[in-house]
This record gives sequence, C-alpha cells and structure tokens, in this order.
Amino acid sequence: MSPATLAAPLVLAADPLLDGAIGPGIVGIVLIKVVMAFILLLVSVMLMVWFERKLVADMHNRIGPAEAGPFGILQTLADGIKLFFKEDLIPDRADRVVFKLAPYLSLVPAFLVFSIVPIGGDFSGDGTVTWFGETTYLQVADPPVGVLFFLALSSVAVYGVMLAGWSSGSKYPLLGSVRASAQMISYEAALGLAIATVFLTSGSLSTHEIVARQVSGSWNVLATGVVPFLVFLLAGTAELNRPPFDLVEAEQELVGGFHTEYSSLRFSLFFLAEFMNVITMSAIAVTLFLGGPAGPILTDTLGWVWPVFWFSLKVFVFLFCFVWLRATLPRLRYDQLMDLGWKVLIPVALGWFLLIATMNVADDLGWPMVPVVLVGVAVLVAGAALLTGAIQKARGDALADLVDEGVED
Amino acid sequence: MDAAVFLISAAIVLTGAGGVLVSRNPVHAALFLVQTLFGVAVLFVLQDATFLAAVQVIVYAGAVVILFLFVIMLLGVDRAEDLGVEPIVGQRPVAAIVGASLLGMLLTALLVSVDGPTGAHGANTALGDAADNTRLLGEALFTDYVFAVELTAILLTVAVIGAVVLARRVRGPLAPLPVVVVASVADDGEQGDDGPPDVVEATDASDEGEGA
Repeated sequence: MSPATLAAPLVLAADPLLDGAIGPGIVGIVLIKVVMAFILLLVSVMLMVWFERKLVADMHNRIGPAEAGPFGILQTLADGIKLFFKEDLIPDRADRVVFKLAPYLSLVPAFLVFSIVPIGGDFSGDGTVTWFGETTYLQVADPPVGVLFFLALSSVAVYGVMLAGWSSGSKYPLLGSVRASAQMISYEAALGLAIATVFLTSGSLSTHEIVARQVSGSWNVLATGVVPFLVFLLAGTAELNRPPFDLVEAEQELVGGFHTEYSSLRFSLFFLAEFMNVITMSAIAVTLFLGGPAGPILTDTLGWVWPVFWFSLKVFVFLFCFVWLRATLPRLRYDQLMDLGWKVLIPVALGWFLLIATMNVADDLGWPMVPVVLVGVAVLVAGAALLTGAIQKARGDALADLVDEGVED
Repeated sequence: MDAAVFLISAAIVLTGAGGVLVSRNPVHAALFLVQTLFGVAVLFVLQDATFLAAVQVIVYAGAVVILFLFVIMLLGVDRAEDLGVEPIVGQRPVAAIVGASLLGMLLTALLVSVDGPTGAHGANTALGDAADNTRLLGEALFTDYVFAVELTAILLTVAVIGAVVLARRVRGPLAPLPVVVVASVADDGEQGDDGPPDVVEATDASDEGEGA
C-alpha cells in the first residue's frame, strides 16, 4: 500500500472532478450527485407507476387512478403507505435469512445501475457541467468498465429473483423463480452480444465515452442503431420480465410468480426494483444507442437544463413503449420465449457483431470494403441457412418422436 | 484508504470463505461463495484490475454460482447435509492433507520467500492506468496468446457438443433414458423440484407428500 496511490481512486479517474486533490467541496458534490440520483430514481418510479396505470387505463378505455391528487398522481404514494402498514408475513417453511435478503438483492443492483448513466452534460463540448466552480460529469460514477458494470449488476439481480422464489418454501414461487432466472440468464447472452457491437463501434466501455463517440458519429445509426438496438430492446424487455415476456408472473399459472409469499415492505421492495429496472434499462438503452443527453442546446441561460431535458424525453419514449407493449401484446408461451432468445436473438446479434468486426478489420488493413461486406454477408447467410436447417431437422425429429411414442411420453 | 479498503474486503472474503465451510445448507454455502467472489472483485479494483473485477462478477457470480444454485434447486439437495455420513471413504484425511499443504505453500510464499508479494499495483508488467486495462488485455489475448485463446474456444465447443450428445434422445430401439432418470430423482426430491414438463405430476406429488 504505497502512499503514492492514496490520491484519487482510479476507478473514477475519468471524471475531471476527481483529477486533482480531493477536498471537502468535491466530496460534497459527489454526495449531492448520489442523493440526486437516488431521489430522481425514486420520484420517477412513483410517476412511472402512475403513468403506467393511467396509460394502460386509457388504452383499455377506462379511467384508471383518479382519486388521490390531481389526475390520481398521488395514487402510488397512497399505495406505498398502505403497503408499509400491511402485516409482514414470513411463511413457516421459508428460509428466514435468505427470505429477508432477497428483496435487497433485487433492489440494490437496480439502484446501482443508474449511477453509471450520464443524465446531462454538454456533449457538443466534452460532456461536462460546471457546479460551484468545479467541472464534472453529470453521472454518479464513470468507471472505465462502465457497461460491464451494468452487465455484472444485471447478473446479480438474478439472485434476488432466484432466492426469493427458493426461500419462500412453496411451489409457485419456486416455479416462478426458476422460470425467471432461466429467462434472465438466456436473454443476458443476447443483451451482452448486442452491447458488444456498441463496444466495437465506440471503442470504449465507459458510458461517458460511448455517448461522446455517438455524438461525433451521428449516433452510429448504421452500425448499432438498427440490429443491435432491436436485439437490445427485445432482450431488455425479456430481462425486465415485462410483457409480453412476463411468464415469470403469469397469474393464471403461478399466482404471483417469485414474490407470491412476500407481503408488506418486502413486497414493495420488489415492486420498486421492478419499476426501477424499467427506468434504468430505458436509460441504458438511451445511453448506448440514442446518444444519451446529446441534443441541441437552445438557450444560453440555464444551458445545462437542455441535455437533461433531451435525456428525459428519450427515456420517456422508451417508458411509453414499455407500457404500450404491456397494453397490446399477449404473453408468449414458454417455448416461444426460449426459441426467440436462443434461436433468433443470439444468432442475429452474433452475426451482426461478426460483420461489424470484419468491417473494422478490413478498414484497418485498407481492404476494399464492398467485396469484404459481400463475402461477410454471404458467410452469414450460409450460417443462417445451416442453423435453420438444423432447427427444422430437430423439429421434425421431435414430431416423429411424438408420433412414434404416442401416449407413452 | 487503500489499507481500509483492503481490510474490509479481506474481512468479507474471509468470512465468506469460512461461511462456505461452516454452513450446512448448500444454498447458504453457495451464497457465502458469492460473498467471497465479491470481496475478491473489490480487491481486483484496488489493484487497478477493473476489467478483471467486472469479469469476476459476471462470470463467477453471474454464471458459475447461478448454475450451482440451479443444480442444487433442481436436484432437490437443498437441505442440510448429514455430516456423520462419509460418502467417499478416506476423503476427509486426504482433504485435510491437501488443505494443509496449500496453506503451507501460501505461508511460505508470503513469509519466507525473498521476493515475496510486494502489494504494489501491477508488480510484473506495466498495465497502464485502469482505463487501458481492457484494451491491453484484448491486445495480449488476440496477438501474443491467440493460439491459447483459439484452443480454449475449441475446448468449449467440444464441451458444448459433448453435452448435446449426452442429452440427445436416441430414436429407435434404445428407449429414451433421461426421462425415467429425472422422474425417479423428482420422486426423491423435496421442495426443490422443477423437472421438465414430462415429470410435472411427479413433482407435484412429492411437494404435497412432503408436507404430511
């Protein structure tokens, strides 16, 4: 532990705020950022729950929450207070320690992911804001492995779901949690591959850097804006267990899914985590694919408000789409879910990743781009044909098995 | 500050490791293992190996231990072990000897050797600052060590194909064995069963029978 390393924690070194000596003022700014992120997320969850209920009601031609506050906007608060005063039950056959731990394992990753999202900063410059004479990024932390941090936390979130179901000591939660964790693990692969293309295009893992590169390159619409973006959206929706991928809490089959046995405060933690995940997933999508807070700054006074506004607007579009999906689409069957993940999304994301990688190499070596792309596409088409052939053969075999064995199976 | 972070994460690692040894419930042991892995990840960050820290969490905590938990839950062994029974005779003395020699090796490396651990960041090579981690690792893996990477890839492919072959249902004269095996396991299991759809009835029966 040499004293030379005592200066700045290197994890956050990219932020200019932490470059020099760290005084109480800088600690104060970091604290403000942490508290702001926390409050922002909580308030937006409150509004999101209301917004979802109201919008779904509109789409169903109902009124929705209307009593608490103007337009029922305080409904979530009322529900939250009600939940706090409910009886806190722990089932007899529950594993008490794990049962109490699980909600936090869901909630904490949901919070932490938001800390790497840049929510403001003028990206036509270097993406910073100036507060109290200090220049800083408008995000809690900018670790050099930023997006891997997001992937790591989303794999930690699986524990919350899995352990909640297991520790309840009852069969519906267990079935729900096994479904949920299988689904989350499957779709994490597609999610990761979609993000890998973003790494490849922007050449960095840091969220701040990714946004900066997108701004200078028209959001990389061609390389990441279509295929990886769509894969990310689908995989992200599945990762969130949102409709139409919400088999995890299919009421008709599983009562309430993994949190059936939870009540009161612990249930509200799961509820909170779920909606927080929706918001952070939208924020991550905006960061990776839609240029984050980038956008025109229209006025000179209070210029820092505009990036925050653009960011919120972009996130809002995603939130609307999530609600829209929920109101419109019926739930998938389990085999459809797995087929979509493993046989469509992963191959598509992988193929696109390889194509972009080939083009990068060709670019580096000065090869002519057109034949390289043509050969690449031809290889991918051949691969897709092989895969489709294999899938159809397997389907035929399975069908033949069923016919052969009749009722025996 | 380094010392404080080191001490806290060392405590986390050690209590986790102790917990793995002491807890009788396999699920609890797996969770303690996760705690240890997290502590080690923090230590990696302390050594500026941020990429390694992230991968540690993604691969070990996010994939390996999750698979442990899956197996534990699916096979229905998620109850306290009876330590009075020794399934493999002579295993414990051997384990004790191996453990003691590992401890001896570690202590030798730490206390006796001349050029022992220095605690310096990246003592062997210049790894650049934390931001360069990923790039340097990638360059090393895909230039100098590309052969090893390819070999590992082939090994993994072989493993996947092997798993598929083993799990494949044979058509024709050989009866599909796996269904029978899974069903009998599900009969023995406790609450942790979720067999494939073929054996749902067996699972339900065992769940209800257990409450009695």
